[in-house]
Amino acid sequence: MHTTLAWIDYLIMVIYFAFVLGIGFSLKRYMKTSTDFFLSGRSIPAWVAGLAFISANLGAQEVIGMAASGAKYGIATAHFYWLGAIPAMVFVGIFMMPFYYGSRARSTPEYLRLRFDEKTRGLNAITFALMTIMSSGISMYVMAKLIVTLHIFDAPMRAAGLPMSWIFHISILVSALITLGYVYLGGLTSAIYNEVLQFFLIVAGFFPLVCLGLKSVGGWEGLLEKAPSGFGHAWQGMTDPATSPFGVEVFGLAMGLGFVLSFGYWCTDFLVIQRAMAADSMRSARRTPLIAAVPKMIFPFLVILPGLIAVALPTPTAAELVPDVAEKVLNADKPDDQTDAFRNAAAAAAAGKGLIPAKVDFVSGEIMLDADGKPELDYDMAIPNMLLHYFPTGLLGLGLTALLASFMSGMAGNVTAFNTVWTFDIYQAYIKPQASDKHYLWMGHFATLFGTAFSIAAAYVAARFNNIMDLLQLVFAFVNAPLLATFLLGMFWKRATADGAFFGLLSGIVAATIHHALTLPMGSEWGIKGAWIANLHTYREVMAQSFWSAIFAFAACLVVTVVVSLFTRPHKDEELVGLVYSMTPHTVDEEQTWYKRPAALGAAVIIAAVALNVIFR
Amino acid sequence: MNLDIRTPIGLLFLIIGALLAVFGLATHFTDPALYDRSLGVNVNLWWGLAMLIFGGAMFHYGRRATARLIAAAQNP
Repeated sequence: MHTTLAWIDYLIMVIYFAFVLGIGFSLKRYMKTSTDFFLSGRSIPAWVAGLAFISANLGAQEVIGMAASGAKYGIATAHFYWLGAIPAMVFVGIFMMPFYYGSRARSTPEYLRLRFDEKTRGLNAITFALMTIMSSGISMYVMAKLIVTLHIFDAPMRAAGLPMSWIFHISILVSALITLGYVYLGGLTSAIYNEVLQFFLIVAGFFPLVCLGLKSVGGWEGLLEKAPSGFGHAWQGMTDPATSPFGVEVFGLAMGLGFVLSFGYWCTDFLVIQRAMAADSMRSARRTPLIAAVPKMIFPFLVILPGLIAVALPTPTAAELVPDVAEKVLNADKPDDQTDAFRNAAAAAAAGKGLIPAKVDFVSGEIMLDADGKPELDYDMAIPNMLLHYFPTGLLGLGLTALLASFMSGMAGNVTAFNTVWTFDIYQAYIKPQASDKHYLWMGHFATLFGTAFSIAAAYVAARFNNIMDLLQLVFAFVNAPLLATFLLGMFWKRATADGAFFGLLSGIVAATIHHALTLPMGSEWGIKGAWIANLHTYREVMAQSFWSAIFAFAACLVVTVVVSLFTRPHKDEELVGLVYSMTPHTVDEEQTWYKRPAALGAAVIIAAVALNVIFR
Repeated sequence: MNLDIRTPIGLLFLIIGALLAVFGLATHFTDPALYDRSLGVNVNLWWGLAMLIFGGAMFHYGRRATARLIAAAQNP
């Protein structure tokens, strides 16, 4: 796919970068206390916190990954939203925010300290800090790789006389410096404000793409005709692992994705919870995830549909892909490096499906084949290729800026969550407990600096090991799934004890690890994909293995926490006020009109999600 | 904080929208082939105008809210 970027495209990118840094500068003077820097002084209105709540989650995996899944599985990918996010967001808004916000905890690990003890908080804080650094680094790496693949900065680099091999390094450095700049200057408020800006920019960049794509395939009906069979149905074939696109039966899907993984992420992950904790009142904090659930429900049409359209379009010929150089390139007797690259790209695209190219081995330039000898498709190129296919100069700059914005919002979300957990849950807890507020504010700035530096290091680790994304997914499944059981028992069972929580959490992680060590997805080799002790069971898909790992982790944590709690001494009742459901005066919503109450908002969101599932069944 | 987020969002959309609309208008006559890939639709012009309208509305409400925030800070 040939990129034609002009001055206007680069100008749009520069204006966007200037704005995000400008927001940081304008908020700098308000960062006077650690509460201002880490929690926005708890002053953010509900709608702003709500949009930041989903925007912080709009990293590399969301935009690129969900479009890729859309191209691979069709509209069934929407399960990650309608089943794998909406119910959890409603639950955290109605039932859990009163404890997170009401306890005045500054982070989710701090809630664990208030409810249980120091060792449970420490375990959660350290694993979370490591995951945010890895996650931020992977976002940086994927963005830099995309910039290189799409030749976005080739022209300015050539004009500056710099070697093309520097593009990857400069992309990582510039994105890190911009993110560092606005988070360092304006703390969480700057990150939240920029996440809202990025949300609107992402919608502005991708909405015309969906409109043009649908128009070219003949609308929704035309798309269903041209896309592979069953791609327009979310629930078709879900009753049997053999026909389910995820290779898992309904119970595994509902329990693994719909409950353990989704509740484990949306209800316990500080990256998103931090946005609700920054809200200006309990009422706003409870409404934050509910407001976020509305655009979250509609997002599949913005990120999954382009993937579906990409696979439904006719596969272009090599000459169509690089029209202005095709003749010269494809007939060249002695191709140079650039014509070689174009020739490989054209061959990969022609061997692909629709706009999804075949994967190319970077070393040999050969098309990669799967076990059946068919070209392996690079689904991650769905969104980038759609942008290049439909957008002319001008709008292309906006589309690529939206893509970069999605990466940066994910990076900034991780950096702000890291600096808070590091300062309050590691530094203040274990290194320097009795320092002044000014000192912790300084440490927050310093943590932003070294958190970004570690993220850059993680990006280079990701570049060195091509399976680091798989590893991160595994760690998420191993850590977040048992954490859900710990939080649920902590909030809704007053008998849960500190020892029960700690050993339950450890047991959950061990159970997930053992399950992974004894199972393997079909067609995978033992190692990072599993079966590194023995292969006792083969799953049809990686996702099925991931869902069941989470289920085992959750169940083990739940059982061990309950058993150990029954044999250990619980907290006194008066220590649990504001931390446990049965010990806390319930939030009264009577002063609000009925339709403004969280329960009514939550019910409306659930009804809409069910309706979408029925319409696209 | 005396800054309503709608102000910078509105301003950004106004600037990018104006850029796209002017560029779309200019290329409409000088380089119509540019829009072959977008199915013949001058998306720069139309989407630029849409962004201008949205940005204008956001900027207007943002400035009003910012003025209220400043007034509240001066008369607590």
